[in-house]
Amino acid sequence: MNCPECDASLNIPNDAAVGEIVSCPDCGADFEISKKEGAKVELKQAETVGEDWGE
Amino acid sequence: MSKICIVFDRLRSEEKMLEKQAIELGHDTIMLDAKITQFNTDSQKNDYDFGDIVLERCISYFRGLHFTACLEFLDVPVINKFEVASNCGNKLIMSLCLKKNNIPTPKTYFSFSADAAKENLEKVGFPLVLKPVIGSWGRGVMPLKDKDTVEAMFELRELTDGPHDRIFYLQELVKRPPRDIRVITVGDQAIAAMYRKSSGGFKTNIALGAEPELCDITKEIEDVCAKASQAVGGGILGVDLMEDEKNGLVVHEVNNTVEFKGLSKVAKKNIPKEMVEFALNSARR
Repeated sequence: MNCPECDASLNIPNDAAVGEIVSCPDCGADFEISKKEGAKVELKQAETVGEDWGE
Repeated sequence: MSKICIVFDRLRSEEKMLEKQAIELGHDTIMLDAKITQFNTDSQKNDYDFGDIVLERCISYFRGLHFTACLEFLDVPVINKFEVASNCGNKLIMSLCLKKNNIPTPKTYFSFSADAAKENLEKVGFPLVLKPVIGSWGRGVMPLKDKDTVEAMFELRELTDGPHDRIFYLQELVKRPPRDIRVITVGDQAIAAMYRKSSGGFKTNIALGAEPELCDITKEIEDVCAKASQAVGGGILGVDLMEDEKNGLVVHEVNNTVEFKGLSKVAKKNIPKEMVEFALNSARR
């Protein structure tokens, strides 16, 4: 699948799960896996780091 | 067989390790994305499947806190409890909890306006460490060593002017080796510990590149961590200690949704296993 931002090829591991983040190796944009059915994967823009993120 | 529900908003290695461990122990798992879960004031527990217990693992503190409030409204058992998350999520509340329970903690000053904080600094003297009351990974933590830095930092706060920017949390700069100790506690018991060595700067957060190194859990560490855990309400926690040259071990932080990816590679105990077993045992009580 290609990066929705820059169209570079995205490598999504087979064991990746919904909720995981994938980063584009070319433009660096982060995407969250929002749906995964077999090889069919849907992505959405990942949330940016919030002020309240962390432990 | 039991069922454990892991609530997340960003699926990290930790949540995957917990899921894998629960499955290996023969339990069912539910991975629940907080971002797409709905509640309302008429919601009932049996409208959902939260299993026997929920492990709240959101990376966003406020999201996790409010999600926990909804779970407790439905009488769903959750780790950590709302009270614990609330105590740990705010550094001022946490410092008060620690001190109230006679746990050694660095001396900390609280002011509620920039002017009052400056007045206090003039009285106490430099250096003091400015920390935001909400936030992790060392963000916004800064040693204040002179007036210029104070002016710059306080001006920045005026510009951002978030609700928590008006609360000034200033802590003594503890004289210590260039490291701190992170201890994971499960049910008030220290199960793993590491030194976090500074990578040159003042901060020792792993998220900022500090080097982790296994630390032996001494009786002193065990005792102070058990007390710190009890002080905030127990559960699964990350207790941060400094080796104060004057006062020995001091607790400077207790973390609510503790990260353990790095430590789990070197720890003697299986951290996710301990967490899953503790959670399910809590549900059975």
